[in-house]
Amino acid sequence: MTDTTSQSNLADKLLQRAAPGRAEFEDLVVVPIFAVIVALIVGALIMLATAVDIETIGRSYLALLQGSVGSMNAISETLTSAIPLVLAGLGLALGFRAGLFNIGAEGQIVVGGIAAVIVGFSFPNMPWIIHMPLALLAGAVAGGLYASIAGYLRAATGAHEVITTIMLNLSSYLLLSYMLGLEWMQRPGRSDPVSKSVLPSAELPRLLTDIDPNLRLHAGIFVMIAAVILVHWLLFKTRTGFEYRASGENPDAARYAGMHASAIIVFAMATAGALAGLAGANQVLGVLERATPGFSSGIGFDAISVALLGRSHPVGVLFAGLLFGALEAGGRQMQVDAGVSIDLISIIQALIIVFIAAPLLVRAIFPWGFKKPAGR
Amino acid sequence: MDVELRGITKRFGPVTANDNVNLTIRAGEVLGLLGENGAGKSTMMNILSGLYSPDEGEILIDGKRVDFEGPGDGIAAGIGMVHQHFMLVPVFTVAENVILGVEPTGMFDYLDLATARKQVRDINEKYGLQVNPDALIEDLPVGIQQRVEILKVLFRSAEVLILDEPTAVLTPQEVEDFFGIVKSLRDAGKAIVFITHKLHEILEISDRINVLRGGRITGEGDPKSMTENQLAEMMVGRPVSFDVDKGPFKPGETLLDVKNLMVLNENDETAVENVSFHVRSGEVVGIAGVQGNGQSELIEALTGLAHAAGGKIDFLGRDITNVSVRERHRMGMAHVPEDRHKSGMISNFTIYENMVLNTYYEDRFSSGPAIKWPDVLKTAAQYAVDFDVRTPSVYLKAGNLSGGNQQKMVVARELERETKLVIASQPTRGLDVGSIEYIHSRLMGARDEGDGVIIVSSELDEIMALSDRVLVMYDGKIVAEFDATAGPLDKNAIGLAMAGVTA
Repeated sequence: MTDTTSQSNLADKLLQRAAPGRAEFEDLVVVPIFAVIVALIVGALIMLATAVDIETIGRSYLALLQGSVGSMNAISETLTSAIPLVLAGLGLALGFRAGLFNIGAEGQIVVGGIAAVIVGFSFPNMPWIIHMPLALLAGAVAGGLYASIAGYLRAATGAHEVITTIMLNLSSYLLLSYMLGLEWMQRPGRSDPVSKSVLPSAELPRLLTDIDPNLRLHAGIFVMIAAVILVHWLLFKTRTGFEYRASGENPDAARYAGMHASAIIVFAMATAGALAGLAGANQVLGVLERATPGFSSGIGFDAISVALLGRSHPVGVLFAGLLFGALEAGGRQMQVDAGVSIDLISIIQALIIVFIAAPLLVRAIFPWGFKKPAGR
Repeated sequence: MDVELRGITKRFGPVTANDNVNLTIRAGEVLGLLGENGAGKSTMMNILSGLYSPDEGEILIDGKRVDFEGPGDGIAAGIGMVHQHFMLVPVFTVAENVILGVEPTGMFDYLDLATARKQVRDINEKYGLQVNPDALIEDLPVGIQQRVEILKVLFRSAEVLILDEPTAVLTPQEVEDFFGIVKSLRDAGKAIVFITHKLHEILEISDRINVLRGGRITGEGDPKSMTENQLAEMMVGRPVSFDVDKGPFKPGETLLDVKNLMVLNENDETAVENVSFHVRSGEVVGIAGVQGNGQSELIEALTGLAHAAGGKIDFLGRDITNVSVRERHRMGMAHVPEDRHKSGMISNFTIYENMVLNTYYEDRFSSGPAIKWPDVLKTAAQYAVDFDVRTPSVYLKAGNLSGGNQQKMVVARELERETKLVIASQPTRGLDVGSIEYIHSRLMGARDEGDGVIIVSSELDEIMALSDRVLVMYDGKIVAEFDATAGPLDKNAIGLAMAGVTA
């Protein structure tokens, strides 16, 4: 009797979670924050080196701050830019967790966007409660199918997904150019490649037009939040997520455990593609209201950075996407106010990734920010 | 060269890895250092090689105090370490690997390979290592690769050689050769520290033995007058039984029936050829053989990880030749894989996730698409208690456990369910005495409850201690069968069959 109670006490003790380690905190919070700071400093040095005077540098960073969080409009712009980054970033993060280095978010965004636009302009007289979700769904399905081509090739032939997704990206651009020239797709009366406009019933409604008609924030933000929650649930609470993570961490162990490697690769790619496709649908239904050449504007590549910066964790991706959205929105303001090219923002984004990827470098620059490594 | 450690203490946070350790290493002597995993052997040797600096105490070389600042200082002072995991460049030749980092160079940084090869050959001859300096590492068997590691430290003029569990990766024949080399090094005046947890080896090779437990030296002795039991007790801290407790042999119906099984390896060569055998309920079938004679492929085919190229496997009366891994598992087949790091567990997952690695989909852990994590946690904690997995929490990453505890975790996962047939491949490789004893008793428990058990091991002693019936595999075929229930097993005969000598 006493033996069983002491046994169950022992089991209870094992259920206690160790306090989150300092190392974990440093890894997840301190390194990214310092990385952003260093990237901004190096960005300033680059401006200095290109003969921008100190006053302008100060003005441009002020503009960056104002343009990203300084006003209602700035916040609205930040969030609007963040939505597709987070959605596509979630897809990529999911792929990374499953051990798939999917470079193809860009192509999946394009294909998803095309599908959403087609559904968006094709069904007049459909009530919005059906039409809008249908257009979103079309984007997700198209993105998912497009990504699963790469997944299938990997599973069936071993073709590496980095290569196939890059090729699919290129194909998607050409597909877009081609389709925008088709008679039933092109806007009547236009000779340049622009699609018909999305019908109002399929648009993601703008949320803040009551305050100011210029605020662009749209209902896609709810899609984004739902996606963060859904991906978190999928990855960490479900059998599917367990299988994704297991085969990402150790494919041999996953096989030993009776998981189906090929099925996991195809499904994980499809899920990732569906999220990227949703990002594309979000752009055409919420921001542009039509498809134009290059409407994806490199979001799929920025999303790779977002997923890496967010450590392939849904919540991390959310924060990383917000940061990148803020940099983008602020960058535009910076260009207007200080005349510094928005390309500098790309440099700063790239530097952030460099520093995130090299935590030792960040530790070396800010030795006082970190606990001494154990050992010596 | 003599080395003395005086009052060495090393702490990692709250953990005291070494507690006031005194140790003397003498030239021309083999010092056996015995201890369980986590007893502090590695910490001590890392202090000796300069990787860690001690919190207290001092190191004296030939009576003079030295302070090591970094990992290069140990070897500079003549203390060389041969690690358990080799650090060799596979596509380089032996000579290139040996000189890596201390390359003899001429004018304009010209790499003087000719001199290097000559020096390597000289060392070779002096100690009877017999390694071809021009061979590529990737073409060499593990036993020879280890000699290259020894060459590396000798090339750097080490007088003290620390050998960290050197025999863990060797076959019995290779161990024999290896001991010859150790003896010739000793006779040439080198000081050798031989770290292991294998008792018979330490008795065979050492001139003096120190036993480490919980960071302290708990025993010291002369191998000539000590027995394995005494050593084991010093090491574990309680009497250890080497005899496995077994119930009476009561074989039941046939569970597994393998007929004319053919399996190909990765290169499409025949790895298992025409193998037939059966396993009955309540019976332990041991599969002996030198590694690489088809045992791995046989187990993969039995568990569904590899396709059978021919033949038939019946399990519980059903033809499972083409049945999936999961279905076999569900039918009651448990599999402790030979390499837990490669396939048995996921180091980056928590203990509780690893505890359900292949059962997460069952109704007790899942409802609909979701995994019932609270139930998983509770069960995992109970498994950990039942199987004596020593950890502060099941939230810990499995990679942070010691090897023995990792293996106990894997065994717990496989045995804590309704099993009919337990397939255990190298179930105790690299483990300490305490863990071995525990895992053996659990496997025997499964047998006594009526499971069929297959044990594959390259340790003949393990096979002999556990099996009711022994099959010997050689070159993909079962070449001999021995019945342990009829009378004591003839170790010599099994050994000969393993070497391919047919009676």
